[in-house]
Amino acid sequence: MKTRIFVTLKNGVLDPQGKAIHHAIEGLGFSGVHDVRAGRLIEIEHEPGLSKADLESMCTKLLANMVIENFEIEQA
Amino acid sequence: MRAAVIQFPGSNCDRDMAVAIRDITGADTSLVWHRESELPSNLDLIAIPGGFSYGDYLRSGAMAARSPVMQAVIAAAGRGVPVLGVCNGFQILTEAGLLPGALRRNAGIRFVCRTVGLTVENSQSMFTSGYSVGEKIHIPVAHHDGNFFADDATLDRLEGEGRVAFRYAEPVNGSARNIAGVLNDAGNVLGMMPHPERMIEAMQGGSDGRRLFEGLIREIA
Repeated sequence: MKTRIFVTLKNGVLDPQGKAIHHAIEGLGFSGVHDVRAGRLIEIEHEPGLSKADLESMCTKLLANMVIENFEIEQA
Repeated sequence: MRAAVIQFPGSNCDRDMAVAIRDITGADTSLVWHRESELPSNLDLIAIPGGFSYGDYLRSGAMAARSPVMQAVIAAAGRGVPVLGVCNGFQILTEAGLLPGALRRNAGIRFVCRTVGLTVENSQSMFTSGYSVGEKIHIPVAHHDGNFFADDATLDRLEGEGRVAFRYAEPVNGSARNIAGVLNDAGNVLGMMPHPERMIEAMQGGSDGRRLFEGLIREIA
């Protein structure tokens, strides 16, 4: 079984990388892009029995830094 | 005096740190590999050095903060053993929850490698007693992720409690309130992005970093 975990910056946390990517997109000639924020996708292959609570615990203990990031768990 | 410098895969300031501690304080200084689950006994100082532990995978300091030796460091910090984290060491201490906040990508995206001016904000701590408040010193930085972030309430608390040890004299990396180094609430853990161990003798361009170690040995002795 596969679970996808999306780690994103909290609102209000400035994202220098997102800003640089935004500039690069504009540099390629694309217009109409208002903002870009970069995050991280982590795919976990696991036993079907792994609980949501364990996945959440992985996120808060390691995969996301709760000072600056949020996470979202997407189970297939 | 006994000191330990923790080594992670990718640490690169471990030997400089050990030399600085040994030369300045005379401490019996050992290098401790991250897989160890115990530290040498009766330590007077633990240093977490700079570098790129675990290749900065996931987040700078994130993997190192979960390595076996850090459980022993957290326990020692809880008993009041002084812990100094420099650069990647600062990142590791925030990731381990020993210091508040987080260190994010520099606001200008670029790696910053130069000597910067710092203002000493607190000279009462065991790490900063070699300086005077308001004094301007010069110490090198070399980092990509030194942009200190914490929410406003945390920043207010840090400032109110005198836990900002050093501030950049001018913006360097986008750090909130120009914070360059912070203390834990008990005052025995300091994290800082600048490298005091790289400024300990004239040959290195100055010795402003030396006084951190000199102050520390007076406080510990």
